Amino acid sequence: MKIVVCIKQVPDTKGGVAFNPDGTLNRAAMLAIMNPDDKAGLEAALRLKDQYGAEVTVLTMGLPKATDVLQEALAMGADKAILVTDRVLGGADTWATSTTIAGAIRNLDYDLIITGRQAIDGDTAQVGPQIAEHLGLPVISYTQDIKVDGDYLHVQRQFEDRYHVLKVKMPCLLTALSELNEPRYMTPKGIWDAVDADITVWGRKDLKDVDDCNLGLAGSPTKIAKASDKVRKGAGEIVKDLDADGAARAITDKLLEKHII
Amino acid sequence: MDFTLDKKHEMARSLFRDFAQNEVKPLAQEVDEEERFPIETVQKMAKYGFMGIPIPREYGGQGCDPLTYVMCVEELAKVCGTTAVIVSSHTSLCMDPILTFGTEEQKQKYLPDLASGKKLGAFGLTEPGAGTDAQGQQTKAVLDGDEWVLNGSKCFITNGKYADVYIIIAVTGTVEKHGRKMKEISAFIVEKGTPGFTFGTKEKKMGIRGSATYELIFTDCRIPKENLLGQRGKGFNIAMHTLDGGRIGIASQALGLAEGALDLTIDYVKERKQFGRSIAQFQNTQFQIADLKTRCDAAQMLVYRAAKAKETQKRYSVEAAEAKLFAAEAASAVTSKCVQLHGGYGYIRDYDVERMMRDAKITEIYEGTSEVMRMVISGSLLK
Repeated sequence: MKIVVCIKQVPDTKGGVAFNPDGTLNRAAMLAIMNPDDKAGLEAALRLKDQYGAEVTVLTMGLPKATDVLQEALAMGADKAILVTDRVLGGADTWATSTTIAGAIRNLDYDLIITGRQAIDGDTAQVGPQIAEHLGLPVISYTQDIKVDGDYLHVQRQFEDRYHVLKVKMPCLLTALSELNEPRYMTPKGIWDAVDADITVWGRKDLKDVDDCNLGLAGSPTKIAKASDKVRKGAGEIVKDLDADGAARAITDKLLEKHII
Repeated sequence: MDFTLDKKHEMARSLFRDFAQNEVKPLAQEVDEEERFPIETVQKMAKYGFMGIPIPREYGGQGCDPLTYVMCVEELAKVCGTTAVIVSSHTSLCMDPILTFGTEEQKQKYLPDLASGKKLGAFGLTEPGAGTDAQGQQTKAVLDGDEWVLNGSKCFITNGKYADVYIIIAVTGTVEKHGRKMKEISAFIVEKGTPGFTFGTKEKKMGIRGSATYELIFTDCRIPKENLLGQRGKGFNIAMHTLDGGRIGIASQALGLAEGALDLTIDYVKERKQFGRSIAQFQNTQFQIADLKTRCDAAQMLVYRAAKAKETQKRYSVEAAEAKLFAAEAASAVTSKCVQLHGGYGYIRDYDVERMMRDAKITEIYEGTSEVMRMVISGSLLK
């Protein structure tokens, strides 16, 4: 079984977000980490490798510094790493990014592609499903459990108050939630091998079946007008033990009190 | 001379730091309070290769260098002195002598299980009457046919009872040296479960209270002849060489304790308000923090130099002694100052610096006291 895991290097937003004066993210001022949902996706792939045997390839698009997350993935147990980097790919939105990554993946043999649900810097949750669209693959998002059954996967998809059990034929794409699992640590041996390992570097010329008009900043339909830190939500108020009428009254009372209705 | 860490060591540090923060720190207070050996942490460390960092891969180890191992002990000690000494004793005092002095059969037999953490190691030199004067050994080993018969006891043995494999130093006879009769001392590998090998008192300690410190008792304990480690009569040299390595481990533990206490204190002084301002705004606090940081960094350089010396030099006794002497005294002084900067709260057991100050003291005593370190250093100069 061959698994491709797409990972992204993101600024660690745990300690707050830093902005440049022009409103864009000040990435240099923030620690760079592997996106948590992607790390859960990698862990899911490594567990499939442990359980069924698989070759796990990690792929990222980014600046050369993104090699750091590829090495981390190798030190956790991934077998191969590919960095897609090129000046012409810079400034990409989700459309241009998914086009680029799909162009890279077209060079690979795979049964399964796993991406994180969304990245903590953009929070769009679009790139994974878009890759699947470009490649003409079935996609299951919000994966919380994966089991292999011959050419098929049995997947649990998280839903608000339940989960769905879906059967999907490979090749397919899954998007993983950070709740999917507890990612393993690297090992000292893994680190030493990862730093010595060769990382495949691909540029624009290595992307298969993509048009320049869909790449980089120029190929990005999204234009960011302004970025700002999100307003922190209050703790909220939980009203318990009410019947349906009581609950409706509590809500309307609250809305009246706030002069919303 | 380059003082920056390369990529491998940078990544290793981040691994050890994450592991220590997530897996070790949450247990540190409980392990101390209940004097409980953190067996679950040892199992987790085994899973991630921490129990065999500097052991070559052909013996099931991680194949990393002494500096990587040192950084592991350092990061563990930043949050828990107990966990740090478990790894240090296991690695430096049990696996290292087997790797250095063992036969190929002994290495094949013992190292894979030790390096993978399936088994835990310990080392027994100290006796009630033989501390700094290690020549004062009373435990005897007599060859009887194909077996050595051990009688005697060892005290203050770290990882006691929990360890499966013990390096034991014992007297195997007398030899004439320069016209004087001297004890012939040899080293042995003894496995837990061997008839005649039992455990005595568990010590109640001031610090590192989760670490299991036991008395080992040998009563007609028969071990196979091939469990002699190194040559007969070379046990004292083996013990001293082993302790040279062990001292680098303890120096790393001391370094971590000092750094860990300082990190907590920096956070605390920024938050603690007196006279309407944070105490970090007082020049006394600022100067003390500067002194503590300088002392930590100096200790770190000596410890890392000793780790490098172990990798590249045949003898590294002096480097190890300097690292341990300085780092241990720094650990005691720094943790004590950190308690002082915490004021009354620092004396309360809810605050980690209280435990760290108790943990630090032992680093000036075990695996060679600070006085012995001074003897080793001056002895190399005043020959």
